[in-house]
Amino acid sequence: MGFEKIIFYLFSALLIMSASMVITVRNPVKAALFLVLSFFACAVVWLLMEAEFLAIVLVLVYVGAVMVLFLFVVMMLDINIERLRAGFISYLPVGIVVALMMAGMLIWIVSGDGSAFNNSVTHNADYSNTRELGRVLYTDFLYSFEIAAVILLVAIIAAISLTLRRRPNTKHQKIENQIAVKRNERVRMVKMKAEEKK
Amino acid sequence: MPELSDYLILGAILFSLSVAGIFLNRKNVIVLLMSIELMLLAVNMNFIAFSHFLNNIEGQVFVFFILTVAAAEAAIGLAILVVLFRNRRSINVEELDTLKG
Repeated sequence: MGFEKIIFYLFSALLIMSASMVITVRNPVKAALFLVLSFFACAVVWLLMEAEFLAIVLVLVYVGAVMVLFLFVVMMLDINIERLRAGFISYLPVGIVVALMMAGMLIWIVSGDGSAFNNSVTHNADYSNTRELGRVLYTDFLYSFEIAAVILLVAIIAAISLTLRRRPNTKHQKIENQIAVKRNERVRMVKMKAEEKK
Repeated sequence: MPELSDYLILGAILFSLSVAGIFLNRKNVIVLLMSIELMLLAVNMNFIAFSHFLNNIEGQVFVFFILTVAAAEAAIGLAILVVLFRNRRSINVEELDTLKG
């Protein structure tokens, strides 16, 4: 058993263990933290397949941005966990049965002899996965790349416009009214007699 | 070296676990979103495995786009969740019956 197999089995076990903790653990904060652990384990497994760029992106973007967003939201909301957990036990048998059947079928399909598909090349140390990916991404897939950028922009606008709210009872400046003010709205000329000396 | 089928079995187990997570936590929207993230991770695992074993970089390009869409989905999903909690004071899926679905 080679070194890579040991690494693979170690981190696959870690991945499966942390994934099963994500779906069974009681506290959503702990579930998010176990999801972070499973992302890290998955990144190591991707590194074994020489997908270095995507492994780093998984750690940076997913763990660094998406999961932090998850943690923010989970910690911000005041959730009654007990009511959300009600029915967990009653759903457990059907969940396990469906998962086992699905896993059994998928494993039965994919566990055949895959050696006919094995065209994998072990690259040298100076091979840059990022450069290869960028070469394809900026030429053949340029159009899709721009669409991905538009999708991210739409996501930004949607998230902001969904959560933005103006509270009616807070006090804030209305700058446009301040600028557009006229002289005679503020100054009132009063005609009166000069005071006389007594 | 691990074979192609090893990676595919790992992806299959991960996918089934996330399906089980959707069954078990069907009242908690946050864990449902996390299960969807796990499911996308399993799919990405398959893409990268085939990309490596067929020596074709385009599978990794596809994973890149899936990651983009998944990040957008997580952002919008969490925004909806925050608005939902602000209006209903609860994230229980069973109480979401405004649309009479």
